[in-house]
Amino acid sequence: MIFQKLAAPKYFYPFAGKLLPWVTGLCIITLLAGLYQGLFVAPPDYQQGETVRIMFVHVPAAWMSMFVYAMMAGACAIGLVWKIRLTDTFVTACAPIGASFTLIALITGSLWGKPMWGTWWEWDARLTSELILLFLYLGFMALQSAIDDPRRAARAGAILILVGVINLPVIHYSVEWWNTLHQPASVARVDGPTIHSSILIPLLVMATAFKLLFISVVLVRMRTAILENESDSRWLQEQGA
Amino acid sequence: MNWETFFNMGGYAFYVWGSYAVATIVLGLNVWLPLSRYRKLKQNLKKRYETSS
Repeated sequence: MIFQKLAAPKYFYPFAGKLLPWVTGLCIITLLAGLYQGLFVAPPDYQQGETVRIMFVHVPAAWMSMFVYAMMAGACAIGLVWKIRLTDTFVTACAPIGASFTLIALITGSLWGKPMWGTWWEWDARLTSELILLFLYLGFMALQSAIDDPRRAARAGAILILVGVINLPVIHYSVEWWNTLHQPASVARVDGPTIHSSILIPLLVMATAFKLLFISVVLVRMRTAILENESDSRWLQEQGA
Repeated sequence: MNWETFFNMGGYAFYVWGSYAVATIVLGLNVWLPLSRYRKLKQNLKKRYETSS
């Protein structure tokens, strides 16, 4: 099985190394294209004016904050069932970047909220559940660094992440379940996006760029973790690090 | 479009550029910190393997 083979650090390390330049290159191209689309091509919104450009950072970051968490939860479940060590490495590598996207979503949302809503912060269901997501990431990271035994740390972290999954649907549906200040979804809708393509395209291009950035950062972090764990292994010495 | 109106962002310069600045700094750190740690570790390992062999 190719996946079983790849899950061994010995094979994953060089595989990730070969993948990295491609992912990084694609990331830079899409990032430049997205910034060009978002800053120069997209017109100012008739209601939001130029602040609509904040959305090209805010929305993809918010999507990523949930996507990274979902990936972590999936990997935690796989790790608990099949006991694959590499999933622990992956989950640990995901946490800081997931927390970063959450932080970006919160700060840019605040920077948009001040001129548009007239307030930096509101204890609105969407904002509060996104803040809880940030605490879940930070809690996971604190838990990992507090437990010395890596297996126990991985198990405890996995339980925290899996319990916290309940927060994902709360974030997504918060704008429907409660009468929030935050506007409802305009892209991820059953009946299709309700926004114009001049706004939708830069949004999707930036989301792709963020996703590629996430993959390349995770690959670097995983390679670093493998170097740390396997520094005495023969295969690493033979490859010459 | 001239550059002055572009940077002015219809009077919302602080909020728009502030958002892009925050994202650039946070994501930049996400790239830079792991990369420098990876390179340092790799260098140390190379030295260790050379002296041990």
